[in-house]
Amino acid sequence: MQNLNLYSRGDKLFVRINIFLLTLFALSTLYPFIYIAAVSFSSGSAVTSGEVIYRPIELTLAAYEYVWNESQFWVSYMNTFIYTIFGTLVSLLIIIPGAYALSRPQLIGRRFFNLFVAFTLWFNAGLIPFFLNMRDLGLLDSYFGIIVGFACNAFNVILLRNFFEGIPQSFEEAARMDGANDFQVLWKVYLPLSKPAIATVALFCIVSRWNGFFWAMILLRDESKIPLQVFLRQTIVSLTNDEEFGSTLLEAAYSYETVTAAIIVASIIPVLFIYPFLQKYFNKGILLGGVKE
Amino acid sequence: MKNASRTRWLIQHFKREWQIYLLLAPLVIWFLLFLYKPMYGLQIAFKDFSLFKGVDASPWVGLEHFRSLFDSDMFLRAIKNTFIISFLNLMIGFPMPIILALMFNEIVQGKFRKTVQTIVYLPHFISLVIIAGIVINIFSPSTGVVNLLLMKLGFEPIYFLTQPEWFRPIFIGSGIWQEAGFQSIVYLAAIAGVSPSLYESAVVDGASRWQMMWKITLPCILPTIIIMLIIRIGNLLEVGFELIILLYQPATFQTADVINTFIYRQGLVGNQYDVAAAAGLFNAVVAFVLVMTANSISRRFTRTSLW
Repeated sequence: MQNLNLYSRGDKLFVRINIFLLTLFALSTLYPFIYIAAVSFSSGSAVTSGEVIYRPIELTLAAYEYVWNESQFWVSYMNTFIYTIFGTLVSLLIIIPGAYALSRPQLIGRRFFNLFVAFTLWFNAGLIPFFLNMRDLGLLDSYFGIIVGFACNAFNVILLRNFFEGIPQSFEEAARMDGANDFQVLWKVYLPLSKPAIATVALFCIVSRWNGFFWAMILLRDESKIPLQVFLRQTIVSLTNDEEFGSTLLEAAYSYETVTAAIIVASIIPVLFIYPFLQKYFNKGILLGGVKE
Repeated sequence: MKNASRTRWLIQHFKREWQIYLLLAPLVIWFLLFLYKPMYGLQIAFKDFSLFKGVDASPWVGLEHFRSLFDSDMFLRAIKNTFIISFLNLMIGFPMPIILALMFNEIVQGKFRKTVQTIVYLPHFISLVIIAGIVINIFSPSTGVVNLLLMKLGFEPIYFLTQPEWFRPIFIGSGIWQEAGFQSIVYLAAIAGVSPSLYESAVVDGASRWQMMWKITLPCILPTIIIMLIIRIGNLLEVGFELIILLYQPATFQTADVINTFIYRQGLVGNQYDVAAAAGLFNAVVAFVLVMTANSISRRFTRTSLW
């Protein structure tokens, strides 16, 4: 219907107002990012005296230098990459075969297993039992705990299973004739046909891993294991609670504001890099995700 | 006789199909270990739990934790806040993506539309810690841009994040800022499914864009709106407590503290595991009832269940 370019005069006004409002919305979405970027490139004193509005004042890289020399920043950045990469791999290694099996008509107890997965969408034990369980499993303060403990969720399993179910049987028949077993059918027939769905699930995993902070904050004590978001939170907390410490930095070229802003910019950049891929797939993903059992 | 042939069939089946069970095993083990085992641990809600004794050996105390929860003003306040924040979110946050989608639909596909969409989807992919960092920065009393503006206009600066009455507007506003754009995708997809012939005949009848929006687009996507609304009501108790933890402070607890943040403080910070687990169980049961109710309403309404 978009090609009906038939606008009357009244419509033109309507369209203009619409464009104006959308532009306003886009700008107010974008503004905080611009502001943070501006703060990160400004001097601490310019920020403290309230001069920074939308562009850097007294342009300086001091905050970035401070962050660059902060070893905890690099440790956490590295950890975030580790959690994201290995976490996503483990997720896919569990979810893809599982979803394939759940999509097979010959699986005995298929209804039961599907309910077994879906039930966790409706009911979960909550924070405390989950925490105590991680503790009992000896997964506090461990890379392994973070990587494996958060590998699956029912939503991703159901999304992929639905996709597999939509692939016509005829595709695998030729492979079956050649004597392919289930591993080969999954690997050679289903995987190539499901690239968009798998990419969607992988991107969901990557984003949630990259952004995850709550459980990392709860489960990890050792500073050498914390991801970037936890480090960022610590910096923000000290910014809000530690007024005294903040004021000792007043004269410096950087301040707590500029340092947090610099960390924020550093942690958004990788997201911007994969954003084009995200955009390509999340449309499909969110529609595939119209979860049906 | 019948049993024997069934057993033989089963053996044959597993001999032939063992691979799919092997493929399924990691998933089942993972769900048992990380989602179902904690459900077994939920029994500490009815026990005087001690870390040393463990889940099984801790003595039963019946409903004592629930009694003390419902006697505590703090928990009742958390329940109240959860529902108030959810309700406000529903009233203000729910219509926003619908409005956005309708607005996008009035724009011809092209560079402008693509750019705006690219921008408004972005915050969805940003970590809550960053969202909190941005909010704290922007609303900071001395250097934040909102207060700079207020001061320029001759007002006194407001220390927004320590004022209980400002917490909810800021929390709900940042939620809309982060998610409204992304959530509009569902409605855009619904709009894309509206038959073009409806618009064509409306144009022939001389309808304006505004009329077409109200008389064609909106009624056509109403089923989607209702389904999304039902899902929303089913998830009423999920109020984004992680962002609340990042933004609230003792000064704002009175309006900001929700059930999950209460559980977090009691259990994970205060080590009152049993009481916190009881609060969690209450939360989970109410959520379960809400989801089931929402699902059965949806089944009646759309004749297809949500899951």
